Amino acid sequence: MTGRRTVLALVLTLGLAVLAAPVLAADPGVTATEIKIGNTNPYSGPASAYGTIGKGIGAYFKKVNDEGGINGRKINYITYDDSYSPPKTVEMVRKLVESDQVAILFQTLGTPPNSAIHKYMNEEKVPHLFVATGATKWNDPKNFPWTMGWQPNYQTEGKIYAQYILKNIPNAKVGILFQNDDYGKDYLKGFEDGLGDAAKKLIVLKQSYEVTDPTIDSQIVNLKNSGANVFFNITIPKFAVQAIKKSHDIGWKPTHFLNNVSSSLGTVLKPAGLEASRGLITALYAKEITDPQWKNDKGMQDWLAWMKKYYPEGALDDQANAYAYTVAQTMVHVLKQCGNDLSRANIMRQAANIKNLELPLLLPGIKINTSPTDYAPIEQEQLAKFDGERWALFGELYDASKK
Amino acid sequence: MPSRSVKAAGLILLIAVACALPFVLSGFRLFQFSQVFIYAMALLGLNILTGYNGQISLGHGAFYALGAYTTAILVDRAGVNYALTIPAAFLLCLVVGFLFGIPALRLEGLYLALATFSLALAIPQILKYFEHWTGGSQGIVLSKPKAPWGLPLTRDQWLYYLSLAVLIVLFVLGRNLLQGRVGRALVAIRDNPIAAEAMGINSALYKSLAFGVSAAYTGVAGALSGVVVAFVAPDTFNVFLSITFLVGVVVGGLASISGAIFGALFIQFVPNWAQDISKAAPWAIYGIFLIVFMYVMPRGISGSLRLAWSRLVRPKR
Repeated sequence: MTGRRTVLALVLTLGLAVLAAPVLAADPGVTATEIKIGNTNPYSGPASAYGTIGKGIGAYFKKVNDEGGINGRKINYITYDDSYSPPKTVEMVRKLVESDQVAILFQTLGTPPNSAIHKYMNEEKVPHLFVATGATKWNDPKNFPWTMGWQPNYQTEGKIYAQYILKNIPNAKVGILFQNDDYGKDYLKGFEDGLGDAAKKLIVLKQSYEVTDPTIDSQIVNLKNSGANVFFNITIPKFAVQAIKKSHDIGWKPTHFLNNVSSSLGTVLKPAGLEASRGLITALYAKEITDPQWKNDKGMQDWLAWMKKYYPEGALDDQANAYAYTVAQTMVHVLKQCGNDLSRANIMRQAANIKNLELPLLLPGIKINTSPTDYAPIEQEQLAKFDGERWALFGELYDASKK
Repeated sequence: MPSRSVKAAGLILLIAVACALPFVLSGFRLFQFSQVFIYAMALLGLNILTGYNGQISLGHGAFYALGAYTTAILVDRAGVNYALTIPAAFLLCLVVGFLFGIPALRLEGLYLALATFSLALAIPQILKYFEHWTGGSQGIVLSKPKAPWGLPLTRDQWLYYLSLAVLIVLFVLGRNLLQGRVGRALVAIRDNPIAAEAMGINSALYKSLAFGVSAAYTGVAGALSGVVVAFVAPDTFNVFLSITFLVGVVVGGLASISGAIFGALFIQFVPNWAQDISKAAPWAIYGIFLIVFMYVMPRGISGSLRLAWSRLVRPKR
């Protein structure tokens, strides 16, 4: 009896094993109790200020693991320093894929580092998800089906401002200040495309600066003297502070569009002076963590509680820590949606099948949507005007996928 | 010093092991070792200048960048075969290095270090400025070449052999150069420039030549790195790269040909180990490694090995 039963059980088990084999043995990085996620971040070097994103993601995954993981699997998050140097990124990513055998790569940071591994990831067919850069080229499912961006790209944002100007400021004379690199030029391109044929007529002066310049005072004076009554300010926080201050000091009062990159109250508007910042217009997709209007918001309070418990060394006025939290939630959402099939192909399929996902730190009404032909998860933004105290949202949500 | 035959046997064994590695190691490890070979070329180049000739350069990352962009631009814009771009990088860097060496003649020691440092500082911005050719900060993406002549090798294996072959050629050339008349002249200038001139050595010519050859070696290394990494961007060639090269030369052993290999192994693997030991402060660990190395092996790795060998063979003095 027992003998026959044992044999039967054995046969059954073997049969099941054979059936289950294609699923279980499918792809590296996944076991019954674990899923391995790889990442590179600049923890040292010129861009090390962004390294807090890599740490924040680890802290969020820790919370997920403490709460039981995803479908019983714990996340094993492996992150390496690439110092923002592309060859180092290639080396570390190859280590993650070939030696550590991660299931997917998540949130590798920076346009040059990601460009260096773009081809490799698609040749190896390893999901290269939600990369941390605002460049436009990550939304290219036809040629690079394994790579996907996350945040709204800079060109989209530039277009939003252009459309607002065309509709609302009939006699606009536009002056532009931009950082002379891929980030500044992406914004500029979106803006000029958005203005279309009117661009030549409306833009009266373009000024650029290098990220290593000490000051941009002379550019602001030139822009004022050009007679511009609209100012599109494409600068990173350090220069945004200078631009807001200087134009206020010399009495230039254009309609001032400030790019989202520098929309932080804590690190830009307060140092520049709240009075000088009054009237600024920007486009937002996430809740500004230093903005008092979200003080009693449930999502913001949850974020604060998480910061205190899991990432106490992180800065509470650094928007990057809210970014890390939100992008990690997107990743967890996709993995949950995968159910028990954590093959690379299915993870990619589910990443391209996010439907109306709303997250606590995104602006109310913003929904993440992807499809096999749409690899741009966040495509909605809303304009906001600074009223001297907070960003007052106005107008409707702008949706780039519908224009 | 080990005897000639022992040395030759050791060398042959080493090359045999190096040739066998691609059939044992994974693609990722081969990529790392290809990078070691590439660094070794750059370090040998820098060693010709700094170790043998006594001129300190903090700007060799610039020649590395020049080599890498020579390859990238020729392949991407002009469709030239990547293999031909390597000698092109050699020649271009030879000329540029030689020309840079002429004004540098007026600068000694630390002043030269500062002048070359300015090269390292300037190069990322210069690369961004000529955006039309260099692709700006987006860089240039290349394809990894396949093995030619239908060889049954993966791309990683092929690039490993290619780097190894170029390395051996450069080492043989370097050895012939440095152990002959030219090498002795370079060392003489380093040790006592006045005496060297009195012996009839054209100090200006040799110093500029040392600069040119040194830059050419580093340029070839840069060209190969462009091929192996298959991507070039200005962010790769920051000041830190130049300093890393100098670290490699000193740790490996000044005025030593084999030191280039040890130095390359150090700059490739020690930062990774440091990261494995402590995620929070990898560069502090790296710093400790560096101090320990300098304290225990003041003549670099190759100098210490030589010392150890001579004690082993001749224990009594």
